[in-house]
Amino acid sequence: MTAPTEVRRAIAAEALTKRYGRTVVVDDVSLELPAGGVVSIIGPNGAGKSTLLGMVSRLLPVDAGRVVVDGDDIARTPGDVMARRLGVLRQDNHLAVRLTVRELVTFGRYPHSKGRTTAEDRRHVDAALEYLDLTGLAGRFLDEMSGGQRQRAFVAMVLAQDTDYVLLDEPLNNLDMVHARAMMRLARRAADDLGKTVVTVLHDINFAAAWSDRVVAMKDGRVAAHGTPAEIMRPDVLGAVFDMDVAVHEIDGRPIALYYT
Amino acid sequence: MGATTAPAGTASHRGAVLGIPLALLGLALGAVASVFIGVSDVSPATLWADDGHARQLLTVSRLPRTVAILLAGACTAVAGVVMQMLVRNRFVEPSTVGTSESAALGLLIVTIWAPGLALPGKIGVGAVFAVAGTLLFLCVLRAVPIRSVVTVPLVGLMLGGIIGAVAAYIAFRYDLMQTLSAWLTGDFSGVTAGRYEMLWVVGALTVVVYVLADRFTVVGLGRDTATALGLGYRGVMALGLGVVAVTSAVVVVVVGALPFLGLVVPNVVSLLRGDNLRRSLPWVAIGGAALVLVCDVVGRVVRYPYEIPIGVVMGVVGAAVFLWLLLRKAPDVG
Repeated sequence: MTAPTEVRRAIAAEALTKRYGRTVVVDDVSLELPAGGVVSIIGPNGAGKSTLLGMVSRLLPVDAGRVVVDGDDIARTPGDVMARRLGVLRQDNHLAVRLTVRELVTFGRYPHSKGRTTAEDRRHVDAALEYLDLTGLAGRFLDEMSGGQRQRAFVAMVLAQDTDYVLLDEPLNNLDMVHARAMMRLARRAADDLGKTVVTVLHDINFAAAWSDRVVAMKDGRVAAHGTPAEIMRPDVLGAVFDMDVAVHEIDGRPIALYYT
Repeated sequence: MGATTAPAGTASHRGAVLGIPLALLGLALGAVASVFIGVSDVSPATLWADDGHARQLLTVSRLPRTVAILLAGACTAVAGVVMQMLVRNRFVEPSTVGTSESAALGLLIVTIWAPGLALPGKIGVGAVFAVAGTLLFLCVLRAVPIRSVVTVPLVGLMLGGIIGAVAAYIAFRYDLMQTLSAWLTGDFSGVTAGRYEMLWVVGALTVVVYVLADRFTVVGLGRDTATALGLGYRGVMALGLGVVAVTSAVVVVVVGALPFLGLVVPNVVSLLRGDNLRRSLPWVAIGGAALVLVCDVVGRVVRYPYEIPIGVVMGVVGAAVFLWLLLRKAPDVG
């Protein structure tokens, strides 16, 4: 053991690269996301947002570079240790197994319980169900629920995992505007009330700007811009990232991008 | 330690608490009845009358047969559900992806080229072939672009057909067609003391599966979710493949393949109880044992005093239920 130097609480990507065949999807990205708050990753399709998140969440092997979470290289840290630090919600939550909501959320405790559910685990499960307003649906099978309810169940599972970092890959997919807003509010509360660091991949830049502390804009596998919503929500920045004219207006004190017409 | 129970408060929880002892009781009664069904007169009365013949028949044939039925049924059904978790598809089981055929091929080869090998050694070779065949299936699956729920078992059935054809060719050349057919068609009539004991090993493996039930369910959630939850995905995958392969090899040797069993029982249990293995595995095991018991009795009484091999009865019943499961709805699984 080395001297107890202060560990930097952050997710750091160091020169991360991912190729599919000859196409470079994530190109030598170095990025540090300090712990705390909500961070959104935006960018056009194919910019490498989900691939970057996939590598950071160790679901995708990296071709070059490394990911360091709180000072530990994720490739060298035991899987169960990382699973208590890093929770991941994937884009495609298609289940081949039939589970009830409560059973699924209880599996979020697996890194802690290894299947031997304790009272502490049950407390976390109940809290996560409550947090996502699923208590009444806890006994229902997931395949008998709507896409939005299922999505909430998966988020509850990630919350029950009780990790410092929560990575959400396009959490607004399949959600109507009511649930989309509820999801972002939840991300905000998880950061503010529970002290978690939430990293999300989003398509809607207005949602990103409205709920995030920091926005990372990606383009062609690289980080094109990184800053506060005010710094990113500018016609020149957005125009360069998305290769289209984006007008930004201030409405009720918030920057809103108009790109619909 | 009492904390391994299913989460409380689910709708079927209370039913499950009472249900399993009741189901076990029913199974035990059925097993006792099965002991007394057969051509020779074995009944409580003849046993009581100190008829040496009846007692001998009981210990050498009837009891081993009934125990073999229960063990083979329970273990095959459990192997089926394990494979469904590993492949993440409801419609696979050892006899629909080529595992059973591969085991039979391995046994055939060892019978021809190393006939002196002891039974556990032969089964070991069969298990190695079963693993290889299953891995081949997984590789083919990765190469097939469209992975609809039904494509997966179809690919498996075709692969099983090819491996079976290779085995048939070799068996034909070496005049072992009868042996091969005995392996591929389940039949309990040849089960006697001294031949069925290997099934206890498989029974022990099934207990291991139950102890590690949560890991297999997590694997069933998919590679990414399993990784995110910190599970050693490859390790559980390898263990599961091993359990399935050894189970298939032993069952193929001792009683012959029991088609569709590992498919029908887990699917019905899934409909009623879901797929949380910690909760559903006892039902899968009991259901598998019960179905084989019933099919065996049917096979014994339909053409009394002759027997229809259980593989045939099972094939008819299983195929019908399989079709029903396929056509029931466009399943949103897989």
